[in-house]
Amino acid sequence: MKHWLWLAAFVAACALVPLFGNNYALRLATIMCLYAGLALSWNFIGGMAGYPSFATAAFFGLGAYVSAVLQAKGVPFVAAWAAAGFAATIFAALIGMAILHLKGHYFAIASLAVVEVLREVVNTAEGLTGGGMGINIPLQGMSADVQARLFFFVMLTMTVVLLAATIIVSTSKLGFGLRCISQNEDAADILGINTTFYKVAAFSLSAFGVAIIGAIYASWVQYIEPPDVFDILYSVKPLVMVLLGGLGTIFGPVIGAVLYLALEELVWRNFLTVHAAVLGALIVALVLFLPNGVGAMFRQWRKRPAVQS
Amino acid sequence: MIYFQVLANGLVLGGLYACIAAGFSLVWGVLNVINILHGTFIVLGSYIALFSYNFLGIHPFISVITAGALLYLIGHLVQSSLINRVIAAPVLMTLTLTFGLDLLLNNLMLVAFKADYRKLVLDNPLGRLELGPIFMPLDRIAAMGLALLLTFLLHRLLRDSRIGRAIIAVRMDREAASLMGVNVSRINAITFGLGAMMAGAAGSLLSIVYPISPLNSGMFLGKAFVICVLGGLGSVPGAIVGGLALGVIESFGAIWFGPEHAVTISFTLLILILIFRPAGLMGKRGFE
Amino acid sequence: MTALLELKNVSRRFGGLVAVKDVSVSIKQGEIVGLLGPNGAGKTTLVNVVTGVHPATGGSVLFEGRDITHMPAFRIARSGLARTFQIVQPFPKMTVVENVAAAALFAGGAGGMQEAFELARRQLEFAGLADAADQIASTLTLAKRKRLEFAKGLAMNPKLLMLDEVNAGLNSAEVEDAMRLIRRIADSGVTILIIEHIMKVVLSVSDRLLVLHHGELIADGLPAEVTNDRRVIEAYLGKRYAEKTER
Repeated sequence: MKHWLWLAAFVAACALVPLFGNNYALRLATIMCLYAGLALSWNFIGGMAGYPSFATAAFFGLGAYVSAVLQAKGVPFVAAWAAAGFAATIFAALIGMAILHLKGHYFAIASLAVVEVLREVVNTAEGLTGGGMGINIPLQGMSADVQARLFFFVMLTMTVVLLAATIIVSTSKLGFGLRCISQNEDAADILGINTTFYKVAAFSLSAFGVAIIGAIYASWVQYIEPPDVFDILYSVKPLVMVLLGGLGTIFGPVIGAVLYLALEELVWRNFLTVHAAVLGALIVALVLFLPNGVGAMFRQWRKRPAVQS
Repeated sequence: MIYFQVLANGLVLGGLYACIAAGFSLVWGVLNVINILHGTFIVLGSYIALFSYNFLGIHPFISVITAGALLYLIGHLVQSSLINRVIAAPVLMTLTLTFGLDLLLNNLMLVAFKADYRKLVLDNPLGRLELGPIFMPLDRIAAMGLALLLTFLLHRLLRDSRIGRAIIAVRMDREAASLMGVNVSRINAITFGLGAMMAGAAGSLLSIVYPISPLNSGMFLGKAFVICVLGGLGSVPGAIVGGLALGVIESFGAIWFGPEHAVTISFTLLILILIFRPAGLMGKRGFE
Repeated sequence: MTALLELKNVSRRFGGLVAVKDVSVSIKQGEIVGLLGPNGAGKTTLVNVVTGVHPATGGSVLFEGRDITHMPAFRIARSGLARTFQIVQPFPKMTVVENVAAAALFAGGAGGMQEAFELARRQLEFAGLADAADQIASTLTLAKRKRLEFAKGLAMNPKLLMLDEVNAGLNSAEVEDAMRLIRRIADSGVTILIIEHIMKVVLSVSDRLLVLHHGELIADGLPAEVTNDRRVIEAYLGKRYAEKTER
């Protein structure tokens, strides 16, 4: 119950942005929702099931392209987004059945290779995707202001859906099974958990969320090209956000996304040429000093004065 | 016969690839760490060779020693001061750590050396070998020979030296090794240092083949991945077999499908092998 | 009575090594059977074969008359065949009750999360672990972790419970407790297979003993018969000793 109240609070806070904020704030809030959505999606496979997936960029790019190609053929954008989500879900289920029996680094590399291959495939299929030239998805008949608001609310809705899904999954049999798998897969198997099914479910769920966000992103920026949407940073950033907020927790990915965006903005503005280096240093510091995320630090800090209980 | 030429190109490239992968494979196999920094280490080796040649007139084949030594020091330091702290943490942590370090180092190199591709042009090239239908610059052959020699030396080091035995012991069973008096943290640092050393040496040799830029690090890292998966993990012979195999596959792939598909081919191969032969083509399982 | 578990000429090889060789055995409903053998005799491998962790490379395994030789492990677990681990394997970051609830939920046929937790608390009561229910599993003492394994096994609502070296590392008082618990489990209608390398421990509770040596079954019979079997004495104490007692 408590989770749902927090969710409502989050929505209320976000919904205030377009009322009071300027366009810059609206843009940041949209990116924040995008990041939070990616982090929440990755959390299903990476946090709950404990599988270090780097396939996020593959799903992001796949979603963006499926939706862009469909829209170029005249499909309305909402239908194209949904189609992108389902295409990625099926793709992830098939790929997942093939690579989810790999453990640790092997899985990580296989999932990374999926990104590379998919990017090249899209690059090569010029007839359909425009190849390296990219693809335009103009959105006609709407002022820039209206568009900015529209995409903010769409992105927010998606984040809320994913957050709700996270709450439901983590308190359900699926989430419980995934936690078992992440801690000891052999024991989970012996305990009667259909580990393959659970892992594939988590991977597909993750792909579904990421792909729809990718599709919305494509419509928002109105132009995509392979190196942009298949950027490996889309695989890495959600992972860092989740680490920042707390692996496998419910609100950790959202908190991590907010913190990450704040850091990114600060770094971008002040250290333009070395922003990647500063980001790298932050990641290093995070792994070394806050391996359980800021959430854990906060909890520990709260525990200390609790003498009376 | 064009195929002989393609095969020869592939084998020469493959020798250099073996050297790229040997250190990466060692670190992965022994420490269970995927060193994302490896590609950047290689590029750093190339820059050391480039500057040594341009400013001091030192031939890249000689720079192998200085680049190797410098990178060893960097590697040793990185492992002992940073990675050792989280060596027991889940895979995700070490992976993220080396990724962060790579962002840092690569970005600093971009700032210091700029992104543009530079070429190391030898003033006195050795000429070329003509063997029937096959043409090959002698410098490349020498670079390949040196790369294979270095890889072989690493192999001997692991097999015959005290340190090498300790590294193997840590690889087999970390706990047992520490109970037998092996200083595991120190061996970790030496292993990572050796991995970086091989990267530096490989970079220096590659400087006469590839244009040099920090942007190349991802490409080298990708190759190291593919070679390790092809040859099986954690063994030097595996790296040699995987390296030669990738070199040949890339050369033939380039003439059959076009050079722009090299990455697609090698990564598709990687996924297929992981799915169907996760122990590599040699069939020996390394360290998981 | 028909056999609950039946092994027909079961073998398991790992590359060139034959860990279990041509073992045929049947276990009846309601029995307490001890599986003995010196270290490295193939006992744990045999358990792994039955539970589907390392499926048999030869022969077949039947459970309640159904062929389960090549069934995936999780299905075997759901069909009523539970085991504990020699090296206890809890989910380390979960609480004790969560560990048991997982067993109840995924293999024990509990209808939902709530029912699973209720069942789990009951099993913890039975195993004498109720006090530790909300403790993190990795913080338990060894004796308590073994009890947790019992509770998990029971929560799976098994027809056959295989206990792999549940006594290793316990002191004699703790072993006594464990044996008492085993008898109570058997009284509730669960068939039990106890895997042990120390003979003394199982003699008192077992109806029947099986002895494995170098992967082969060398004895199958009442405890009194088996302990006097020459091959068994040889396996345990060496040939010389066997000859001496013969004389």
